Amino acid sequence: MRSNFKPKLLKLAIAGAFSLGLASSALAVDLTMYYPVAVGGPLTKIVDGMVSEFEKQNPDIHVKAIYAGNYNDARIKSLAALKSGKPAQTAVMFSIDIYELIEQGAIVAFDDVVETVEEKAWLKSFYPALMENGKTQGKTWGIPFQRSTIVMYYNKDAFRKAGLDPEKPPATWDELVSMGQKLTQKTGGKVDQWGAMIPSTGYPYWMFGALSMQNDQTLMNGDGNKTNFDAPATVAALQFWKDLGSKHKIMPSGTIEWGTLRQNFLAGKTAIMWHSTGNLTVVKKKAKFDFGVAMLPANKRRGTPTGGGNFYIFKKSTPEERKASMKLIRFLTDPERTAEWSMKTGYLATSAGAYGTAKLKQYVKDFPPAAVARDQLKFATAELSTYQTGRIRKLLDDAIQSVLTGAKSPAEALTGAQKKAERLLKRYR
Amino acid sequence: MTRKMTRYSLKSQATGWLLLMPAAVFLIAFTYYPTIATLAKSFFSQGTALRPSQFVGLENYASLLDDEVFWKVARNNIIYAGITIPISIALALLMAIWVNGRLPLRSLTRISYFTPTILPMIAVANIWLFFYTPEIGLLDQTLRGAGFNGHNWLGDPNTVLGCIIVVTIWKESGFFMIFYLAALQSLPPELEEAAKLEGASRWTYFRRVMFPLLMPTTLFVMINAVINSFKLVDHLFILTKGGPDNSSSLLLYYIYEVAFSFLDQAYASTLTVILLGALAAIAIAQFVFIDKKVHYQ
Repeated sequence: MRSNFKPKLLKLAIAGAFSLGLASSALAVDLTMYYPVAVGGPLTKIVDGMVSEFEKQNPDIHVKAIYAGNYNDARIKSLAALKSGKPAQTAVMFSIDIYELIEQGAIVAFDDVVETVEEKAWLKSFYPALMENGKTQGKTWGIPFQRSTIVMYYNKDAFRKAGLDPEKPPATWDELVSMGQKLTQKTGGKVDQWGAMIPSTGYPYWMFGALSMQNDQTLMNGDGNKTNFDAPATVAALQFWKDLGSKHKIMPSGTIEWGTLRQNFLAGKTAIMWHSTGNLTVVKKKAKFDFGVAMLPANKRRGTPTGGGNFYIFKKSTPEERKASMKLIRFLTDPERTAEWSMKTGYLATSAGAYGTAKLKQYVKDFPPAAVARDQLKFATAELSTYQTGRIRKLLDDAIQSVLTGAKSPAEALTGAQKKAERLLKRYR
Repeated sequence: MTRKMTRYSLKSQATGWLLLMPAAVFLIAFTYYPTIATLAKSFFSQGTALRPSQFVGLENYASLLDDEVFWKVARNNIIYAGITIPISIALALLMAIWVNGRLPLRSLTRISYFTPTILPMIAVANIWLFFYTPEIGLLDQTLRGAGFNGHNWLGDPNTVLGCIIVVTIWKESGFFMIFYLAALQSLPPELEEAAKLEGASRWTYFRRVMFPLLMPTTLFVMINAVINSFKLVDHLFILTKGGPDNSSSLLLYYIYEVAFSFLDQAYASTLTVILLGALAAIAIAQFVFIDKKVHYQ
């Protein structure tokens, strides 16, 4: 009897261990996530921290979060991974990559992944302006994560010196010009301090998206298959940008370098700069003068494009992996975590819920510039994004630069760009 | 007897092939196969999930002829090569002769000429970005100090390519100098003494003796310089991104843009074929025409 019992127990134990092992391996999901870093700061550490917290709460999901370089690199790596057979299941990529990713058949719409009422409500919890770049064909393909807008940084000391009220930054184009003229300081023929600088290398189309929106004109339609480059309001907006340098002389002529503009502003060489909210934390740390942050000025209305990265889920994934990805994305975009992310990076918090959290409320109260981007969201529009988006963007960039450097007139450059864009986009209608 | 011979030669042939194999495998995998694949790709359209790739014959080449940006970039590249190659070689030779002589602090001078070479191009570009930056850059501050007006160096289509060329020459000539320096030190000193005894001037010695003896080095350096003038585009990423309005864009940078920003591998392949063709033609021309004038010891 006794001698019989032991082996049985052992068998039972082995069987039990086996079934347990099987069960846990059936539940465990391995996820690979690519994410880019587009601004300075220890962002990888913050992401890694959030991911390991997620793994602690969800022991059955293993996440491999891979830093993939800038936005361009992240897209290339994700697409290459899809082809290599070792694909990622989810990634943060440029919000404007949406059409490219759809055309490559790389991503699924979130509408096809969400199931419960709660999940559907979550899909609607973000600021609508931030969803614009993630929606097309009536579906949502991208969930806002690291998002920004353009804001106006201004040097309050320079305002005081020029006899201007430092609490009243320019609110209209006319004020920008008139204040800019007062802020432009010269000795002899040489300019010591410019009134304003709007960067025109790197992402000229982004800055231009703000100017054209302020002229009440979007750059493209919601289906991403038609551009409005030659619309009269677009042409007038580019004329205004050009005039700031050549006619009003409050900005240097030629193009202005995106990468060194912050140094120009910090060195007091320009009283106003337009730049991404992503620079806020660095400017706050480095500015040796009193500075302010304001919404961009209006002409017919206020306006700025949004910018930054969205979460996507890849098509090449099992239902379990998609479900796990959803869990991860919901975790990372939940109000508490979003608030923390925003405070640490300067990116926008993507939902009203996040700005309602106690910690972000306090932070905004102590540092009001952090709220400017949020308040500006109601005037925000989508960033330029179409099918063939790289080519279309380049057409507009080249047109803008050829105007700013005086090679072409705004009408000539933009009509040319529109004609070429038409040729590329016709087949997507 | 004959049978034995064939077996022997078969065996030796096998050994030969085996010895070749490691190099051949790598050359085929990383040079010949990609070249042929690129050529093949240039005859197909870019495929997407919605529109699979199909054979389009010479269509990509036809659109290349219509592509204004391509012509602008090609023109830029010719100017860029035409200026950087002769100047960086001449400077390299001059510096090599200079540091080959008896100088105080000779090794320090040599090192300082060579330093730009060991810096990565991206670092070099970042340094120069702050030279060229308007208002706060070194160049503008110096100009202002001397009472001149500043200039938007990288923002002006008339000066931007020149700025890029200067950076490249600065970076390249130190590298070429090393080859000339090595060659100079292998020249037998008797030649110079003999020339002196014959009463030849230093210029005659340089023109008639030294320069001809340096020809193998010059050929080597020249081929490298030509290749680099098409290959070296790292600094564009930092300094200008090809702008304003493609004024500083070069062929390889444009290929990168087409392949990785426009995601159009087909057209990028077409451009690559053109670049490969041009480089091959130049290399062949150099070997055929200049090789005859090269005196190998």
